[in-house]
Amino acid sequence: MNNEELKISISAILPTAIYDETGEFLNVNIASEELYPLINELRSKNEFDFNYLFCLTCIDWKDHLMMVYHLLSKTHQHTIVLKAKISNRENPEIETVCNIWRTAELLEREVFDLFGVKFINHPDLRRLFLTDDWNGYPLRKDYVDENMITL
Amino acid sequence: MRGLIEDDYLTEEGEFVINIGPQHPSTHGVLHLKVWLDGETVKKVQPHLGYIHRSIEKMSESLSYRNFIFATSRMDYLAAHINNEACALTVEKGLQLEVPDRAKYIRTILSELTRLQSHLLWWGSTGLDLGAVTPFFYAFRERELIMDILEETCGTRLTQNFMVPGGVMYDIHSNFQKRTKEVMVQIKEKFQEYDNIMTGNVIFENRTKGVGFLSKEDAISYGVTGPTARASGLSCDIRKLYPYSAYEKVQFNEILGTGGDCYARYMVRMHEMRESVLIIEQLIDNIPEGDFQAKTKNVIKLPKGEFYQRVETPRGELGVFIVSDGAASPYRIKYRSPGFSNLSALPIMAKGGKIGDLVAIMSTIDLVIPDIDR
Repeated sequence: MNNEELKISISAILPTAIYDETGEFLNVNIASEELYPLINELRSKNEFDFNYLFCLTCIDWKDHLMMVYHLLSKTHQHTIVLKAKISNRENPEIETVCNIWRTAELLEREVFDLFGVKFINHPDLRRLFLTDDWNGYPLRKDYVDENMITL
Repeated sequence: MRGLIEDDYLTEEGEFVINIGPQHPSTHGVLHLKVWLDGETVKKVQPHLGYIHRSIEKMSESLSYRNFIFATSRMDYLAAHINNEACALTVEKGLQLEVPDRAKYIRTILSELTRLQSHLLWWGSTGLDLGAVTPFFYAFRERELIMDILEETCGTRLTQNFMVPGGVMYDIHSNFQKRTKEVMVQIKEKFQEYDNIMTGNVIFENRTKGVGFLSKEDAISYGVTGPTARASGLSCDIRKLYPYSAYEKVQFNEILGTGGDCYARYMVRMHEMRESVLIIEQLIDNIPEGDFQAKTKNVIKLPKGEFYQRVETPRGELGVFIVSDGAASPYRIKYRSPGFSNLSALPIMAKGGKIGDLVAIMSTIDLVIPDIDR
């Protein structure tokens, strides 16, 4: 499917989605609560068949966090970037996708470790790189490292 | 002490828990695997990461668009050129900068030389892991020739930092073309030698055939890329699917396996080395004249937006995702590293096999730990 067809099909599932085509891929902006119903359809419906999650990350926009999912269909060769806005910065939560794409299990642990996003229903949510008693989430913009030396 | 043994080393089902690594020769670095064993059968594998996590992503947020590239040489140190190329391509995509043809050709040749030396090191160390010591010396003998070429042109052997936004840092050395052609002739003769010593070896075949099976569906679901996924029949060569630099100008085959086991992964890499030689031979005599670097401003500022670029490293798909807010350093940068996703499939490959097979699986996934930890 091309971008126009993707937009029509996604709008049929989620009318509130906001699209952005300025970049290389079609960006779909949604709220974090709307993620799971949409993402389930994107994987299971044959017309989408997004079977390959090739990048999962988070961006700290200072007033909110944003989860970014890069999705590709190996059968149809179309790509979208799904962006889920998490408004609650103090206690960020979002549904896990690791039962849909297994690669998400480690990637979500990385995001939990460095951004502090809690993934609901994740089977094994622990810190990945840092020690368990580490304070704070280093990739957040307001993180202050006491040991950092400024030259 | 008794409590410790019961809790940590023996589960209620009678499974024995052992730790492989972080300091273990077969993990090729500081990878720590916790393994649950029933006799010699692997029941569960859990990787523990972070022993050399340097947070290159965090560091990059305070570096300029010229400087952050140098940090990525330390990610996958066997493919420093290709990491640098990925970053340079992303910055060029943001600037909408056209790179001179000469730079594209040089980049592609250097990337393929890098792939060749990385696969050679992998071949040698796979032999070592499975009990064959001689291949290691054979592999390093030829790898040294390639490293000498890279050293002559780039000045360093491992962390070259040669790809910059706009092209390459310097022009190639005057010996480069002659020397590369000589080495390619030498290496082509050696491939038969490699096959004789290892590929047809009965002990080697018994250790790898039917071991560590990965299905095509699992490869997609776990985000496995590179030779590991191609051995399962998944077409995922970025050089073919989304050509960059000079790859659209050359003829080469994407090597696909069918077995999905350790032997298939081994064969894919063996054939890929031959393809790399083919690519280099097509380009080396045709490097166009002209500039080796496009003109860029002293301080590079990317426009507001998001840029994604993927390249094929010896281990798979490396993605660089830059979020720019218009400043002189990236707002957020994410490396989708191939080793990280490939490692996530290790538990299902190893499950149900013997503990000795775990070593064979690890070495045929070709893990480089700094690439996983970043």
